[in-house]
Amino acid sequence: MSVAAALHRRPRLRLGLLLAPPMLWLGVAYLAALAALLVTAFWTANSFTGEVERTWSLENFRELFGIGVYKTVTLRTIGIAALVTVVDAAIAFPIALYMAKVASPRAQRLLVVAVLMPLWASYLVKAYAWRGMLAEGGLIDWIGKPFHASSPGFGVTATILTLAYLWLPYMILPVYAGLERLPTSLLEASSDLGAGPATTLRRVVVPMAMPAVVAGAIFTFSLSLGDYIAVTIVGGANQMLGTVVYANVGAAGNLPFAAAVAMVPVVIMLLFLAAVRRTGALESL
Amino acid sequence: MRRIGAVLSAALLALAVAGCGSTGGGGGGASGKFTAPDVPMKKSVGKGEGEVDILAWPGYAEDGSNDPKVDWVTPFEKQTGCQANVKYFGTSDEAINLMKSGGYDVVSASGDATLRLIASGQVAPVNTDLVANYKDVQPFLKDRAWNSVNGQMYGVPHGWGANLLMWRTDKVHPAPDSWGAVFAKSSPYAGHITAYDSPIYIADAALYLMKTKPSLGIKDPYALDQKQLDAAVGLLKVQRAQVSEYWSDYLKEVQAFKTGDSVIGTTWQVIASLARSEHAPVKAVLPKEGATGWSDTWMVSAKSKHPNCAYKWMNYIVSPQANADVAEYFGEAPANAKSCKLTSDKSFCATYHAGDAAFANRIHYWTTPIKQCLDGRKDTTCTDYSQWTQAWTEVKG
Repeated sequence: MSVAAALHRRPRLRLGLLLAPPMLWLGVAYLAALAALLVTAFWTANSFTGEVERTWSLENFRELFGIGVYKTVTLRTIGIAALVTVVDAAIAFPIALYMAKVASPRAQRLLVVAVLMPLWASYLVKAYAWRGMLAEGGLIDWIGKPFHASSPGFGVTATILTLAYLWLPYMILPVYAGLERLPTSLLEASSDLGAGPATTLRRVVVPMAMPAVVAGAIFTFSLSLGDYIAVTIVGGANQMLGTVVYANVGAAGNLPFAAAVAMVPVVIMLLFLAAVRRTGALESL
Repeated sequence: MRRIGAVLSAALLALAVAGCGSTGGGGGGASGKFTAPDVPMKKSVGKGEGEVDILAWPGYAEDGSNDPKVDWVTPFEKQTGCQANVKYFGTSDEAINLMKSGGYDVVSASGDATLRLIASGQVAPVNTDLVANYKDVQPFLKDRAWNSVNGQMYGVPHGWGANLLMWRTDKVHPAPDSWGAVFAKSSPYAGHITAYDSPIYIADAALYLMKTKPSLGIKDPYALDQKQLDAAVGLLKVQRAQVSEYWSDYLKEVQAFKTGDSVIGTTWQVIASLARSEHAPVKAVLPKEGATGWSDTWMVSAKSKHPNCAYKWMNYIVSPQANADVAEYFGEAPANAKSCKLTSDKSFCATYHAGDAAFANRIHYWTTPIKQCLDGRKDTTCTDYSQWTQAWTEVKG
């Protein structure tokens, strides 16, 4: 009896074999890693040698919630991620609207390539380019000089600028896809009924594109929440959750505490996704 | 970080470290009386394995890629046939973590890393009979608390020096001669001050307080009780408001001084030299309060895959010529007494007080702070490194 014939007669077996590798990948490489992270968060590290000691304790979480600095860092991180999302949405919406509803098909294709192009360059190159631009006497200082403006210097503003630049394509693409699905006939109907362009935008386009914007926001928000590289390059002396995790893994050698800190963005994202589910944006991903 | 279990075990370990307990000289670190994990020592050096993985402070293993004239790795490779793979690290904590990850044969460890490496069994005792150039090493660097346990050496001394104060000569007037320039309340350089990004930097603030606020009673910047640590942290929080950025990546500091984003802050001689070679108008000085500093030791990994090449490297890097080259490039006193005749600047060793044991004892070498006060106080407990790490996170905010 050939294998092919056996599989042909048992569709369930066929399906099982087909799905097993991706399920294993999801289960072992992703969920198990997350579970390992959670478990590690309940262990402690020896403060002298840095060896992990596998005894259960809630000490890491007590420290995380009990010491003011982690609350400050968490709030700063959420604030940065939220502002990056707002800046990206504000820039991405007009661009996506133009791409989807105004540009000719040829221009549309060119614009999609232009939006994707920055993704071809390395993250580090782009972050260091921003460091150069934001530095004293850099490009931004030079442009601002005639207007008596100067670079904001390294800090939270610089971090928001850099992250907003880095994640912009992740906002434009979903919004563009969402707006493209919006039937042009609706816009015509709105104008036939006497609505001006502003009213059409406010009452028809924005509500219908909202799920797409929220879908883009999931990307920009979660990517900013976990970032630790941009903030070390342009963030001056500021810390984000990512740098606290990195400092605990890379410098202090306190893996369990790093795992506890790493749970914070996971929890924030779960809350964020639960809120997003209500808008129906998950269906338009 | 205050975790009961960790603190208990640290206390136990520290108790073992303090052991006989009476030796607690300034800057000397814990007394070398604890039982290190049993790691076998090498009995002989055979043929090289063809390569060696080196973990080093920036500037300790230059192969000409930063500056074609600065190259002592290539001669080593030619002499021994050991291909050197060099990885630089920025802080002692980073070095310890990289050592734990395995894959490195030798490490240049400072005094705030050595005991932690020994206690966690990451490094093996070193058979100094197999290191021919060891006999020329300055005697005051041998068998010290930070590089030996019970008279057994755990490495080969490399060199020592002080953390300096660097400033932009075109932006900072008058030229500073005190750490007060970076700790002042409303500095004219606010927003352009830089500092070293490591918990061990707390000792710099403690040293400044030791000289300027005698009422706190700080005798050793690495032996701070809670009140003294709080004072140092308070000073650092004042500084934090005026810091442009903290540095641990030495190239980032060079760039920040070049552009003028940083105009004053703590540095190493090698960074000042690099910045000057890139035409940044900077100067570095040892301020009048004295300074924290380092005394480095080449240690060999307990899990070394290329132990023969590792010993060959240790012997080479403390050989008179190589030790002179690296000391002159990095800006520190060489460990090898014969190196002083071979530096290109003949007054180099005099400038760095290379043979001056009394001067060497005045620098406050990086040491891991532990519960038992290193300055010999018995009536109080001191803050340990995990508390310093915690405090440092709070300073940065």
